[in-house]
Amino acid sequence: MLENTYLIPFYPLLAFVAILFFTRWKERLSSYISIGMVLIALVHSLFVLAAMLSRHGLPMEKAIPFITHPSLHLELGMYIDPLTAVMLMIVTIVSSCVQIYSIGYMHGDPRYSRYFSYLSLFTFSMLGLVIANNFFMLFIFWELVGLTSYLLIGFWFEKKSAADAGKKAFITTRIGDLGFIIGILILAAYAGTLNYQQVFEKVASGVLAPGIITLAGIFIFCGAVGKSAQFPLHVWLPDAMEGPTPVSALIHAATMVAAGVYLVARAMSLFVGSAEASTAIAVIGVITSLMAATIALVQNDIKRILAYSTVSQLGYMIMALGLYGADTALGHHSPGFVAGTFHLMTHAFFKALLFLGAGSVIHAVHTNDIQDMGGLSKKMKITATTFFIASLSIAGIFPLSGFWSKDEIVATTAGHPVFMFLALTIAFMTAFYMFRLCFLAFTGKPRVQEKYDHAHESPNTMTWPLMFLAFLSIGAGWVGLPWLSHGFSSFVYHEQIHHSEPSYILMLASTVVALSGIGLAYMIYYKQRFSADALAEKFKPLHTLLYNKYYIDEFYNIVIIQPLLKFTDFLWWFDAHIIDGLVNFVGWLIIKWADIKQWFDQYIVDGAVNGMGYACMAGARLFRYLQNGSLQFYTLIVIGSAVGLIIYRVTSRGFIYYLLGASIMVLIRSIIRTSGMEKASTETNVQD
Amino acid sequence: MLQYLALAAILFAIGIFGVLTRRNAVGILMSLELMFNAANINLVAFNKYIGAAGLTGQIFAIFVVVIAAAEAVVGLAIVLLLYRNWQGIDVDQMNIMKW
Repeated sequence: MLENTYLIPFYPLLAFVAILFFTRWKERLSSYISIGMVLIALVHSLFVLAAMLSRHGLPMEKAIPFITHPSLHLELGMYIDPLTAVMLMIVTIVSSCVQIYSIGYMHGDPRYSRYFSYLSLFTFSMLGLVIANNFFMLFIFWELVGLTSYLLIGFWFEKKSAADAGKKAFITTRIGDLGFIIGILILAAYAGTLNYQQVFEKVASGVLAPGIITLAGIFIFCGAVGKSAQFPLHVWLPDAMEGPTPVSALIHAATMVAAGVYLVARAMSLFVGSAEASTAIAVIGVITSLMAATIALVQNDIKRILAYSTVSQLGYMIMALGLYGADTALGHHSPGFVAGTFHLMTHAFFKALLFLGAGSVIHAVHTNDIQDMGGLSKKMKITATTFFIASLSIAGIFPLSGFWSKDEIVATTAGHPVFMFLALTIAFMTAFYMFRLCFLAFTGKPRVQEKYDHAHESPNTMTWPLMFLAFLSIGAGWVGLPWLSHGFSSFVYHEQIHHSEPSYILMLASTVVALSGIGLAYMIYYKQRFSADALAEKFKPLHTLLYNKYYIDEFYNIVIIQPLLKFTDFLWWFDAHIIDGLVNFVGWLIIKWADIKQWFDQYIVDGAVNGMGYACMAGARLFRYLQNGSLQFYTLIVIGSAVGLIIYRVTSRGFIYYLLGASIMVLIRSIIRTSGMEKASTETNVQD
Repeated sequence: MLQYLALAAILFAIGIFGVLTRRNAVGILMSLELMFNAANINLVAFNKYIGAAGLTGQIFAIFVVVIAAAEAVVGLAIVLLLYRNWQGIDVDQMNIMKW
């Protein structure tokens, strides 16, 4: 089974092709094909995971050459190690849940089959991305997931906001991808290979200069910044919530956005070669995390809160990985790698659950605004319960899965007081905004009665995935219990196993932080001990700033988009007036020139040709009188010529004399003629 | 010698004048005969006074007389045909080759 891992991406691809070409008109069948294929992929992934476990995480690589060139050898291949196996599990599990959920959620959509074909294509791309054994192949699938993300965000393209969000996501991530490919090209140029292991060997052996490693690392991280929505390219992810909610759960919470984290983890051997690049990663991560968490505190759109939460959590993971890279580069031990990947896994499950729960709520009340909800737990028991479980998990409450992974991340920051303080602050805010959401949406009195009356529990196809994911949100973290000697940390690790001692102080601290966050939310939004509005009024500038997401969109709009539009306007104007003017002027000139030429042709050239003709005709008209038919006149000419030639021979000036002689003879003849010697001649000149 | 040449020149000039001015085709042929004979006189005279070997000039003159007789036959035949077609032998009327 391990040998055939490369088949895993092809199952969903098969579904994609089948749906696209054959079963598009049979909606039920399309969805069953899609789900069936992803379930096969899930089973296969399970076997791969089992095989990986049984060989104690020994990596397996298999490749075929793709482009062979003396300076660069590219291959298509797979590289299976524990990280890959875990990612395969995450992608296939979440994908299966989301696809099953989508049967209910997308019911009645006019493009139902197409939706499932896109989901299959996405799953294919994501699985391909995960098993790739080189940066080149990674980049191909990286772009494919970007494409499917675009297609799915803009799935309801009739809505302008959805179409715009799709474009925004695509273009924003493209900026990061530009950096990514520059990084890849740097590696190709200096390392001469793109194969992970070969590149990492060159990094470890010191073949690559530290500056090059830093440069390549930072550029490659650009890709992660775009895809994982890190500051300053995070702006697309909240807008991406215009897509169908299951898509948000699958792509924009659990898998694709985690690809950036996966990239950093996968290229960790590169980053540990450069403390600078790693530090930059950690700083970007913590900035993103803090910023997104603060924004999430005040948003009212349920999906946007979750989106900012996702950005925040991704920043958390990136921070952990960056700190690991920096610490390892400086020779310290750090649990960051395990923490980041562990949190990647647990987060995928509970965030997918949160999104699917949110989708269930939206499905029921047809609004995204949590201020219009309230009291829904009475009507949607399963959704509310699972949502609470996921919220507890993300807040980091013992013993749910989020607790263990978050704890690891906090432990990673142990040597960095600033990071530690910020990490705990973020944990506090996470607990607060999640429970603000929970309390506002599910408890208290219905604020909009009409919507509350309409609400109902979702169908089974939607609640089963919720329950399954809730189970994972509770239990997935237990594979990484710090007391386990063969837990997650001894399976997924970078270079050497890091056995962290369970730190009870940290656990206590993070629990206290999480509980106080929940408590504050409880006070404000459940007990309403303090008025949220009064608080917002009191910190109005801060609230406004956060509510408007630090005005980053506006900032981009003013600094980049508007000048760009102005510039394009200018270019349009330039094109319309200067370029077109020039072209038209040249055209006008040519027409004028053609007019001149036509005149010239008509009067000068034709004139010359016709003139020649006229001259010939005039000459002929003149000379034809020589051909007067009179025998004696011809004789006269002959004799005159003879006389002229003789005279010429004698005097050398004969031509004039010849003419003279000839004229004299003509004269003589005329005299003879007119002297009345002929009378009948007039009547014979009939043709005159 | 000079007298012969003068006579020949006078005959030739009379012949030319006749050719150029006569409107009667027979007259023109007669004038041609005059010109031939002017040439014959010249041939004989040159033979006698230049001192050419033998009787080349005289023989040439006799040839010319013979050829002239043949030419006169052809010419008169043409004149006869002209007369049949035109009912006249006035050369001024024979101008259908005019422009």
